[in-house]
Amino acid sequence: MKPISKPAKKPLRKKASKPGRLPEQSEWTFELIEQAHGEIRRVAESFGLDTYPNQLEIITAEQMMDAYASVGMPVSYHHWSFGKHFLSTEKSYKRGQMGLAYEIVINSNPCIAYLMEENSLTMQALVIAHAAYGHNSFFKGNYLFRAWTDAEAIIDYMVFAKKFIADCELRHGVDAVELLLDSCHALQNYGVDRYKRPPKLSLTEERERQKERADYLQSQVNDLWRTLPRREEEVADDSPQRFPPEPQENLLYFIEKYAPLLEPWQREIVRIVRKISQYFYPQRQTQVMNEGWATFWHYTILNRLYDEGVVGNGFMMEFLQSHTNVVYQPPITSKYYSGINPYALGFAMMRDIRRICEAPTDEDRTWFPDIAGSDWQKTLDFAMRNFKDESFIAQYLSPKLIRDFHFFAVLDDDKEEKLSISAIHDESGYRYIRQRLADQYNMGNREPNIQVWSVDSHGNRALTLQHTQFQRRPLNQQAEEVLKHVTRLWGFDVILQTVDPEGQVLETLECKSDKQHRKM
Amino acid sequence: MAYLIDRRLQGKNKSAINRERFLRRYKGQIKEAVARAVKGRSITDIESGEKVSIPVKDIGEPGFGHARGGVWETINPGNKEYQKGDRVARPKGGGGGSGKGKGGNSEEITEDDFIFELSREEFMNYFFDDLELPNMVKTQLTASTEFRNQRAGYKMSGNASNIHILRSLRGALGRRIAVGGKSTRRLREAEKELDVLLLVESEDHPRVQALKREIHHLRAKLYAIPFIDPFDLRYSNRIKVPKPSSQAVMFCLLDVSGSMDQAKKDMAKRFFILLYLFLTRAYEKIDVVFIRHHTQAAEVDENDFFNSRESGGTVVSSALNLLTKVMQERYPSSDWNVYVAQASDGDNWDNDSVTCRELLINTIMPAVQYFAYIEITEGEPQNLWEEYTQVPDCHPHFAMQKIESPADIYPVFRELFKKQQSTS
Repeated sequence: MKPISKPAKKPLRKKASKPGRLPEQSEWTFELIEQAHGEIRRVAESFGLDTYPNQLEIITAEQMMDAYASVGMPVSYHHWSFGKHFLSTEKSYKRGQMGLAYEIVINSNPCIAYLMEENSLTMQALVIAHAAYGHNSFFKGNYLFRAWTDAEAIIDYMVFAKKFIADCELRHGVDAVELLLDSCHALQNYGVDRYKRPPKLSLTEERERQKERADYLQSQVNDLWRTLPRREEEVADDSPQRFPPEPQENLLYFIEKYAPLLEPWQREIVRIVRKISQYFYPQRQTQVMNEGWATFWHYTILNRLYDEGVVGNGFMMEFLQSHTNVVYQPPITSKYYSGINPYALGFAMMRDIRRICEAPTDEDRTWFPDIAGSDWQKTLDFAMRNFKDESFIAQYLSPKLIRDFHFFAVLDDDKEEKLSISAIHDESGYRYIRQRLADQYNMGNREPNIQVWSVDSHGNRALTLQHTQFQRRPLNQQAEEVLKHVTRLWGFDVILQTVDPEGQVLETLECKSDKQHRKM
Repeated sequence: MAYLIDRRLQGKNKSAINRERFLRRYKGQIKEAVARAVKGRSITDIESGEKVSIPVKDIGEPGFGHARGGVWETINPGNKEYQKGDRVARPKGGGGGSGKGKGGNSEEITEDDFIFELSREEFMNYFFDDLELPNMVKTQLTASTEFRNQRAGYKMSGNASNIHILRSLRGALGRRIAVGGKSTRRLREAEKELDVLLLVESEDHPRVQALKREIHHLRAKLYAIPFIDPFDLRYSNRIKVPKPSSQAVMFCLLDVSGSMDQAKKDMAKRFFILLYLFLTRAYEKIDVVFIRHHTQAAEVDENDFFNSRESGGTVVSSALNLLTKVMQERYPSSDWNVYVAQASDGDNWDNDSVTCRELLINTIMPAVQYFAYIEITEGEPQNLWEEYTQVPDCHPHFAMQKIESPADIYPVFRELFKKQQSTS
């Protein structure tokens, strides 16, 4: 694709120092950041960006690495895996193998954006425009975030989680808690309700209900395993009743509710991991859109500031240099290629939508009759609010972008000896490529589809999980390891069946529960 | 409304607990790495951090995912040559990336090991872990206790012998210039004016009189400025800095006869390291002399010392003789604190052991600060041990110990460390 560059030469503007003009210097000061922020906010508001209030925090590189390690949350419970991430980030940062991200932004209200102290004034302005207005408005507007996360409560919830887990460590020992967290982390991608909307989190409610829930859950579980003679008579005549009546996609939820041997505090920790996982789920589904949206807005806002004369040429050069790095998409033949760069794709699509609105070609009128020539701000806003990566690409990827990126589809079937090129950027390939690319961002296809299939509630209490194969793709070798974790949580044998789409069982993995480990 | 908050001073080292958790979890691997490092390092280089690597598969966090296989259809950017329907060979090793799923689907682990740095303290803790040192000793080894005076700039108060004359007078001069500057300038002007005036006017002109009075007054004022004021005084500042006291030499005596296998040598190395660490706390300059022996003794460098292997019998007195010789030639006990550490498996020619005892009692012990002997053996003590047991009676600064595992090493030095604790 074309590198982003400034539109052709602008007429020389008067250099008379306007009141709002930012000085040409790379050192930032608090006053300058506030001034830059004021200008950015003014422009962002003029474009109609609706955001949570902003809280900008200046942090050091070390704190940035901390934030990295604890998945970007300002507060988090303790776990060795965070230490591991910190060590590896620190190592590559110290060796100069990687720079740190310029920014981390937290989907909370107020929206917290981190500014790193090493950044120059230009970079701080870029981060403010990108994070505090781009991401922030996305968090507030996108339907997934609105439905699935509660920006008001997340920080409070993390504080609660940290305290609860620290208490558990005191009461039950660090090792017991660590084992449990390991197992939960192994399943964290399966702690998500993909379609059902979860109830909102609220700290007070959470605290109130936690104790109540602890007792209540235990009684529920006992009820499930009750084997009173009267009850047996009832079901004796029928074919064995299925439990659960329908397959369950949320493994952690199922374990939290029904694992027979977990103690109340263990259920609460399972719940915490599940809740956090759920909170991050929308971010995993909207990477292209979210980054594209934020990049589009920092680009648009800072260019507007340049046009107004608020920032000068030096500022612009520095900004464009790092902007172009961020949105660079290496071709597949490059040694730097590592998949599609979400910033590049997202940014190009946002810009393209604006182009289709402002200067549609005949092709655009055929492909996008409803948005060609419409008001670009409204169209973009609509796109931001109502889509996720998968649907966004399926809806808005234009033939022009497919040509610009030189997209092509490669079919790799292990039954064939060679790869085949199934589509390229030509008239017959546009729709095909668009659909395939959208599928590529479908979380349902990216992760193996594994669900709770049944529990042998009248026999050995074994839990059966079912993996429905997608495109004949096998599970990775870690599956066995994960299964051990499931067994640890469930407390009895766990079976993982791999079935083809017709329901034919292809393969079975089994993990026997070790009696000694039943009591965790 | 937006808030700008400076968090830089808060929450430093927030990951410390997570780091500690990580180290705790992989204690086994880290200890192995430390043991390897100890083996590989020079005795004098024991006190620095260490890079530890752990196989990635050991620290992975498993998760369900797809492996390669089945059908993958991917969209890639940057098509240059392909047309629809082209058939392409599979890239080898997945390097080209074409046709493979996005990152995370691949099961090959490209990184070999997870590598990170242990800090010096952490490294030493793992090193000490095995040796079962009491806590007192650990703190002593990680903190130095002796001090030395050192210049550190100047200060406003102090005792008279520390007055720094140059600084004080420079200060006084500066003060005089500063205080008297205005008067001096006026004095010069008045004198010039008076000279000019006297060319045209007589002595008793009122203006001349007035100038003369002013000049007199200004001179008096300038004389009243003190030449030196207590305020000007500067004293040399001296501070105490931790300091190891002087120089020491450490002799490492090792039996390299055929019966000393690698495990025994490793144990001996730990023993030498511990003594060396102790010495680094107490002395500024430490020489280490390596003497190995079988039937003959030789002075060698550290590499040969630990790594070469000889065969044949053992004559311990050869090493003791060489020790005496080196000591007399290069390390006179008036200038050097001499420490000796000897490790052996206890084998010796029968009649040699008596010679050894006599050498020790009569020649060596009077010249050394401390002599530590370890016998690395699982069997019964042999004749050398019997003879050596008589030495402590005459010379209390002789320590000996039979060793089967690293945990037995420390007790050899118990007396040594105890002594140090009481003097510090």
